[in-house]
Amino acid sequence: MASNLTQSIQGNKLSINFSGELTLYTITTLEKLTQEIRFKGISLLVLDLHKVSYLDTAAAVFIVNLEEEYNKQSIKTTISCFDKKLLATLELVKMQRIITNLETEIDDNKSSFLQKSVVKINQYLNGFLFFMEFFGKIFLTLLYYLKSFKHIRFKEIMFELNESALKALSIVALTSFLIGLVVAFQSAYQLKLYGANIFIVDMLGISILRELAPLITAIVIAGRSGSAFTAQIGAMKITQELDAMKTMGFNPFSFLVLPKIIALMIALPLLIFVADMMGVFGGMLVSQVDLGISYEVFLDRFRAVVDAKHFFIGLLKGPFFAFLIASISIYRGLIIKNDTQSIGINTTKSVVESIFAVIVCDALFSIALTSLGI
Amino acid sequence: MSIISIRDIHTQFDEKVVHNGLNLDINEGEIYGLLGPSGCGKTTLLREMVMLQEFSKGSITILDKSLSDISEVDAQKLRREWGVLFQSGALFSSLSIHDNIALPLVEYTDLSSAMIDEIVKFKINIVGLKSGDSKLYPSQISGGMKKKAGLARALAMDPKLLFLDEPTSGLDPISAREFDELILKLRDMLGLTVVMVSHDLRSIYDTLDRVAIIDAKKIVYEGPLIDVKSSKSDFIQTFFK
Repeated sequence: MASNLTQSIQGNKLSINFSGELTLYTITTLEKLTQEIRFKGISLLVLDLHKVSYLDTAAAVFIVNLEEEYNKQSIKTTISCFDKKLLATLELVKMQRIITNLETEIDDNKSSFLQKSVVKINQYLNGFLFFMEFFGKIFLTLLYYLKSFKHIRFKEIMFELNESALKALSIVALTSFLIGLVVAFQSAYQLKLYGANIFIVDMLGISILRELAPLITAIVIAGRSGSAFTAQIGAMKITQELDAMKTMGFNPFSFLVLPKIIALMIALPLLIFVADMMGVFGGMLVSQVDLGISYEVFLDRFRAVVDAKHFFIGLLKGPFFAFLIASISIYRGLIIKNDTQSIGINTTKSVVESIFAVIVCDALFSIALTSLGI
Repeated sequence: MSIISIRDIHTQFDEKVVHNGLNLDINEGEIYGLLGPSGCGKTTLLREMVMLQEFSKGSITILDKSLSDISEVDAQKLRREWGVLFQSGALFSSLSIHDNIALPLVEYTDLSSAMIDEIVKFKINIVGLKSGDSKLYPSQISGGMKKKAGLARALAMDPKLLFLDEPTSGLDPISAREFDELILKLRDMLGLTVVMVSHDLRSIYDTLDRVAIIDAKKIVYEGPLIDVKSSKSDFIQTFFK
């Protein structure tokens, strides 16, 4: 396995004798040894490979490099070797050298700052245009759906409803139950200080129905269905399934995109309804244990002080949130490029962006409805 | 001397039996082909040889190491002794072609980066790609180029053993013939042993020294191509007509 080199000098002729196996693993040591050699008064150099038992291509590159390098330093260098196999390997490396040297290397010169920024701006602009095109296609497909009852893909919508509503039921219920529990628990402590125990009903009723349940549901769904949509459509794009669909005349927008959006828009209000019930139930539990408010009193007070409008506003947000989540995550899936890394990047972005969009939308609702006095 | 020997291999997926007692020997320095109708388990056998898949019964010995009771250290050593080319290249899509080929060199050797660049450049040229291609990413190149880059990566460590899964499928005829020549040349120069799954008749006649033909869960023929027609298998009769 080991390899070594020795030197012998005859007048102005130096020979470097390599021995053993020259492989990837040994040439670093040899490289160091050759760098230590002094060439004072040497004009002829022989790289002697007679004792080399094995030479791999990496080592052949190394030997040819040495030869070239010393020749450049005006030391006449030759390789001495009789083994046919070794010679063939060296010959291959040399041949490759000649071919590569003939190839004119086109080095892409460094682009200026201005060029870079123009390219970047152009990318953003194209991204924006693609996003607009995406919405345009959604709208067109919707028109196509509305043209005839038969065009609506009920089977796909039902499938998506099952995937993103029914299967999400337990996690949404559990999350909102816990949120109701926590909010009630924290506010019970404060309310007890003022002896205003009964006001927990007003507080919970309005905050859960109007804000918390829709938001929590939307965030859970963005994490759950949003990431699934992006990854699924991205993988379909990479495996050319989308292309296959197009060539067979199945418009991906009517088979994939719109069913997902519609299903999610139906699913979210239903899930928010469940979240409402579970959240209030969690609050009710804490009120009874911690504040001594019985279920009857809680529900009586609930009916008296919490208007139905809060409940309906909460539900109304559902389809809007759903549209944002579904469209952002599907858009992210469609722009996935043909490599695995971009699935990761776009899935992350899809979840982050849809949660962000949901919160912005919620803020807009809050401002608009409050200024309208609802 | 046999470098790979396979004894009485049985493979079963749930209920489905894929191999029912395969025996074969691959000698050092030969180009060995695994042939057979699609779904006969050629690729499965190849995957079993490179430890990607477990077999139910039997033994596979590669370079004097039995795969069924190999230690992790030996397995790791063995993995450096072979190169594998997958059907679609299986390049790492987050790395450029250059980095794909340089990866094993960077991880397993103490070579300087200048030396690694030299080696990568050589490997890129030897498989018929241009030096300029090395900056590109796998998503930017064609299927044929991916295959060549995959071969360059498989050759990066100068392995003793090369496993090729349908190396010429998806290549244009000219590239395919060049590929065959390259394999022959590498075998002669580096003393490679090549195991390949192939469907390409030209490539089979031009390169293979010996073949094993798997049909109906058994090996129906093993030996040099010249005598292949002596076997009575339906597959052989139609394939080599």
